[in-house]
Amino acid sequence: MERTALRRRLMWQVATVADVRRETDTARTIVLDVPDWPGHLAGQHLDVRLTAEDGYRASRSYSIASAWPGSDTGSTIELTVEQVPDGEVSPYLVDVLKVGDPLEIRGPVGGWFVWTPDQDGPVQLIGGGSGVVPLRAMLRAHAAAGSTTPVRLLYSVRRPESVIYVSDLKELATSDDVDVRLVYTREAPAGEPRVGRIDADVIERHAFGPEAGATTYVCGPTPFVETVADLLVAAGHDPAHVRTERFG
Amino acid sequence: MSQANYLDGNAAAGALSEVFAVDLTTAVGQCNGCGQTAVFAEARVYVDAPGMVARCNGCESVLLRVVTTPHDTYLDLRGLTYLRVPNS
Repeated sequence: MERTALRRRLMWQVATVADVRRETDTARTIVLDVPDWPGHLAGQHLDVRLTAEDGYRASRSYSIASAWPGSDTGSTIELTVEQVPDGEVSPYLVDVLKVGDPLEIRGPVGGWFVWTPDQDGPVQLIGGGSGVVPLRAMLRAHAAAGSTTPVRLLYSVRRPESVIYVSDLKELATSDDVDVRLVYTREAPAGEPRVGRIDADVIERHAFGPEAGATTYVCGPTPFVETVADLLVAAGHDPAHVRTERFG
Repeated sequence: MSQANYLDGNAAAGALSEVFAVDLTTAVGQCNGCGQTAVFAEARVYVDAPGMVARCNGCESVLLRVVTTPHDTYLDLRGLTYLRVPNS
């Protein structure tokens, strides 16, 4: 399946919106029914293209939020889109697109920022904002495969109501092999005294150390990814084991 | 050039997959400018330009450019000495 997913020329195709779910004030999950979806790996993404009546086109890349094969979504796939202020594509996806609408997509794409259950070593996931989306797909794939590989998620969010997948992450964290830790940058819930960005201290306390041989996946806005990757390397992590995915 | 307006090679995966039958984000490329070899996924990709530009994350030389018109896709690979793609 994986080979089929990667070894073919990709063209645009039309998916149908099967469901939509509000995640936060600015983000929602779109469930897509895609004819003949070849399957994907956790961490891959797809491109979405919108065409205006005058022919103007804009396309953007979005991480796939669901695992495959995960049976958590049947034959559908899920995207979670965060609305970008003044964005060309995301406001339509978050506020306008409705169940039954067609949506032009191309994917799955990207074979670097992926995790597969047969991979060696622990997995460290570090996400900022909607950078948690591909990491959630990895957590879902981990659960679906019944993997006992230790996984830790460090998830940086502004405030409690910004957390995407809150109930889902709690459920995934019930596994003995999965540790989920949220880092609040602006406002923390009651009982959580720390407010601030992921720094060297957070990395040292909550991430796997360099000796663990973990593969680390960092996804978020470009400055977030740069900062976290630098912190990891400064802490002694091998850059070859740090995989990054940036978005604007 | 702003330090925060670039993405990475993953962002070019879709456009390149219309041209190549293999996933180029996992290919190793050598920069023609500084000689650095790196996985293409780690290149800096700028999507705000007319078309898409990938630059070396070492020396910022242009590695490749992709421009799509309604009829064709133009691919300029002059900044790469080579691309290494696994056979299996």
